[in-house]
Amino acid sequence: MLEPVNVSIASLNLTTLTPMLIAIVGALSILAIDMFKEGLHKSLYVMISLLFLLLDLGALVDFAAIFAKNGTVLGFFNVVLMDGIAILSQIIIVGASMLFIPLALTSKRFHEYDYPEYFALFLFMIAGFQFMVATDNLILIFVGLETASLALYTMIALHNRHKSFEAAVKYFTMGALAAGFYAFGAMIFYAISGSVEINQIATVLAQDHYRNIGYVLVAVAFMIAAFGFKLSMVPFHTWTPDVYEGSSAALAGYMSIVPKIAAFVVAMRLFEFLVHSGVVWLNIILYIGVVVTMTAANIWALVQTDVKRMLAYSSISHAGFVMAAILIGTTQANTALFLYWALFSFTNLGAFTMLWVNRQKNLLSGQSSDHPYEKFSGMIKTMPMGAVMMGLFMLSLAGIPPFGLFWGKMYMIGSAVSAGYTILALIMALNSAIAGYYYLKLIVFMFMKEPMVGYDKFYFMNASLSLKTIIGIAVVGTIFAIFAVNPLLDVVTLFVYNSGY
Amino acid sequence: MIDHILTLLIFFPALAAMLGFVVAKNSMRAYGITVAAIEFFLSLWLWYAYDPMVSGMQFMESMPVIPAFGINYLLGVDGLSLFIIILSTFFTLIGIASLTETRRLKDLIITLLFLEMTMVGVFAALDAIIFYLFWELSLVPMLYIIGAWGGPLRIYASIKFFLYTFTGSLVMLVGMLFMAYFYYQATGAWSFSILEWYRLILPESFQMWLFAAFFLGFAIKVPMFPFHTWLPYAHGQAPTIGSVILAAILLKMGTYAFVRFSLPLFPDASVFFMFPIAIIAIIMIIYTAMVAYAQEDIKQVVAYSSVSHMGVIILGTFALNVEGVSGSVFLMLAHGVVSGALFLLVGVIYDRRHTKLMSEFGGLASVMPRYAAIFGIMMMASVGLPLTINFVGEFLSLLGFYKQSHALTLTAGVAIIVGAIYMLAAYKKAFFGPVTNEENKHLKDLNKTELVGLIPLTIVAIWLGVYPKPVLEPINNSVESVIQLMHDKAQSAEAKARIPNVAGNDETISIQEAH
Repeated sequence: MLEPVNVSIASLNLTTLTPMLIAIVGALSILAIDMFKEGLHKSLYVMISLLFLLLDLGALVDFAAIFAKNGTVLGFFNVVLMDGIAILSQIIIVGASMLFIPLALTSKRFHEYDYPEYFALFLFMIAGFQFMVATDNLILIFVGLETASLALYTMIALHNRHKSFEAAVKYFTMGALAAGFYAFGAMIFYAISGSVEINQIATVLAQDHYRNIGYVLVAVAFMIAAFGFKLSMVPFHTWTPDVYEGSSAALAGYMSIVPKIAAFVVAMRLFEFLVHSGVVWLNIILYIGVVVTMTAANIWALVQTDVKRMLAYSSISHAGFVMAAILIGTTQANTALFLYWALFSFTNLGAFTMLWVNRQKNLLSGQSSDHPYEKFSGMIKTMPMGAVMMGLFMLSLAGIPPFGLFWGKMYMIGSAVSAGYTILALIMALNSAIAGYYYLKLIVFMFMKEPMVGYDKFYFMNASLSLKTIIGIAVVGTIFAIFAVNPLLDVVTLFVYNSGY
Repeated sequence: MIDHILTLLIFFPALAAMLGFVVAKNSMRAYGITVAAIEFFLSLWLWYAYDPMVSGMQFMESMPVIPAFGINYLLGVDGLSLFIIILSTFFTLIGIASLTETRRLKDLIITLLFLEMTMVGVFAALDAIIFYLFWELSLVPMLYIIGAWGGPLRIYASIKFFLYTFTGSLVMLVGMLFMAYFYYQATGAWSFSILEWYRLILPESFQMWLFAAFFLGFAIKVPMFPFHTWLPYAHGQAPTIGSVILAAILLKMGTYAFVRFSLPLFPDASVFFMFPIAIIAIIMIIYTAMVAYAQEDIKQVVAYSSVSHMGVIILGTFALNVEGVSGSVFLMLAHGVVSGALFLLVGVIYDRRHTKLMSEFGGLASVMPRYAAIFGIMMMASVGLPLTINFVGEFLSLLGFYKQSHALTLTAGVAIIVGAIYMLAAYKKAFFGPVTNEENKHLKDLNKTELVGLIPLTIVAIWLGVYPKPVLEPINNSVESVIQLMHDKAQSAEAKARIPNVAGNDETISIQEAH
């Protein structure tokens, strides 16, 4: 018979769960409201979500203050781990979510926002991602990952287009495969170390001097495949453009940021100790993965005819670029990762929002996709402010200073330089040059071509005040990033360094 | 206010451009001219307040931007940059004043004012990242000018221009990050300040690689053979104003950066690469001159001749002595004035006839005497006739390189003289002989708008040719300190020998004592 387990509530340190619980309570209260009164307007749910996210952010800022003072906090059977990178990534997740959710307030009606469940799923998803980053327990990571992913699949499908179902099913299938790989990887790690905690695994492996290196490599191979899917690293990227194309532009923009930062943090926890203990094989695989992802995605992006697909490939390329941080593995590189992603979230969400405001209900005859380049041609003449802002986002993505992403790029390449990865630094720089072409292509269409008849009525068709506000925030974040970089660097470096990365 | 004059010079046009969005379309031209004129007078004030006897940086400003990574908003001017800044403001003023473009004039003027910000910024920045920021940002307005107001192939030309330069400068960025990292290793603190970097003495092997990385960025911008292929397209497709600014100012960014970065940071590598680069420069002079001779389009002739003369600037820069570098800095200004004027002149005839083919013209001298006279003066200046502005620079550049190699200098000198043929031939085809084409018989001579731009340029071209001292002296003072720095930093025996010790020179000491 099992011994009764005595656990005092105090030792559980349940406050560590507060941020996730806020999101979950928010989701449940949305469901509860719907139960009492049906058919309420989406603006109510958007604002409720926003409020809960605000509370969530407040809790995280509180944890940030605690971390700055006392260091890492453990809680809930020592499963929840609130260290610096957990807090930083959660702030990025919640912050990006707060920028995303007002995009539901379009002036045109879209199917998915009529369901309160959409917003509940959204908050559950955020809780999932938060669990995923705030632990080094492989099981809780898995639970968080699946909670978030299942919610996300449903949100994509709710867009209720032919292509959305295809996208959701494709994403689901691929995601299930990735989950399988992840489970296998975790299982092998457990088999050789007797633990599911990453730091325990690291300790055990170090103690027996990587006696089971063969098993470690198999486990790592599974893990790379799993995270390859989640981060859409080449060759596991095939779902990305289709899924982005099938989901609404706003959700696509969201998917290019939030799930990836969560996956990056887990990858950082899992791979960093292996990189540092000199598992050469992993270094080589990561090196190849980073270079191929950056380069191949860039080349595919060159030939796209649809802006959304182009941005999908571009976000693959950016993910590859940032993955270099895991390979380099210095504090500077990991700081660069968070800096890059914080700046990227503004710019990329802005760019996708610019697509979102142009979303039309039905395609014109001869129009092959939602956002072909032609749609934007001559925009400077019909909608000058819109063209300038979109141009700004493109320049930022291309890495033209002083706009947001340049600083992330510069710091990332700088970290490669300081760690002695000269060739990698050059490849990263040259890839930025290749990427310049396809961003420029959109600028060329917007600024240098004549407007196409029929498309101009779609510009800003969906733009309600709240969408415009989000674009405004993204523009300000992109232009004035130069002033945010230093405080960000200070805080991020401190947090990353104190978490031991 | 004089303490912050550089910030004012950089951001005044940008601020004015933003306010310009409010100005009504039909008044935009006057607004543009006013802003550019104020900016020009501010830059003249800078010259007035500048102390020509001081060789170091003046009007320095510093403000931390990203102190965690050693990036500061650091500005300053010395003799190298002062006159190029004035040239930038001068050409923006002249360019806007003599604009004949009518399509979307407001957008064009706003773009030009933004471009002016980036140009002044590049030459005033003393922090590598701030320099890089303006350097990259200058691509965007020029991309728009070529792409929106250019000829039929404008999109191809503008993208080629952008991507070429962008690629080169990204490699340069990696080089800059390496410099900062070496500085970090040496001192324990990050810094992108060029002045701090000057104090760093790098091992020779590092110098070679970094020199190569910076070289790629600068050489594409200049553009040096074989990276010059973007330029004919850009010039061929750009509207007149685009070509004028491109030739007069943007190309100078590359040559200026050689003097600002490559020489003082990598003295040993500069000596090592001196002859290879000199040979490239001479190939540039001869090859592009030959290509220019084969052109039918008068704008292409001017474009290729402009590349050809950039070769002389490079040659002078890599003479690595005071005469050569001073000459090349002076020639940058001269080349700016002359090639800018020539592009303006080509624009004049293009506006009248909408063709640039030389075969369409002939005998223009009798129809448009004033035009022919100014074109003649500028053409003579371009081929380096004594008492014109180019002569001073070319002569000093060649004199400087003569001290390093007689044979190469003679080749270059002969090439320049022979190069005069194509300009004279082009001039003869277009201006002399009978008026063969009916359409040319009733062309109007230069009007007031055009004269406003061209007369000041003619005056400058002759004035500085006859009496270059007010400009040459401050340049010389600053170049001396650059050369001295290089001499002090040089490690290899060859470099020590090739780069003269300026302080040991009696003449300079006497000049310094006199003041």
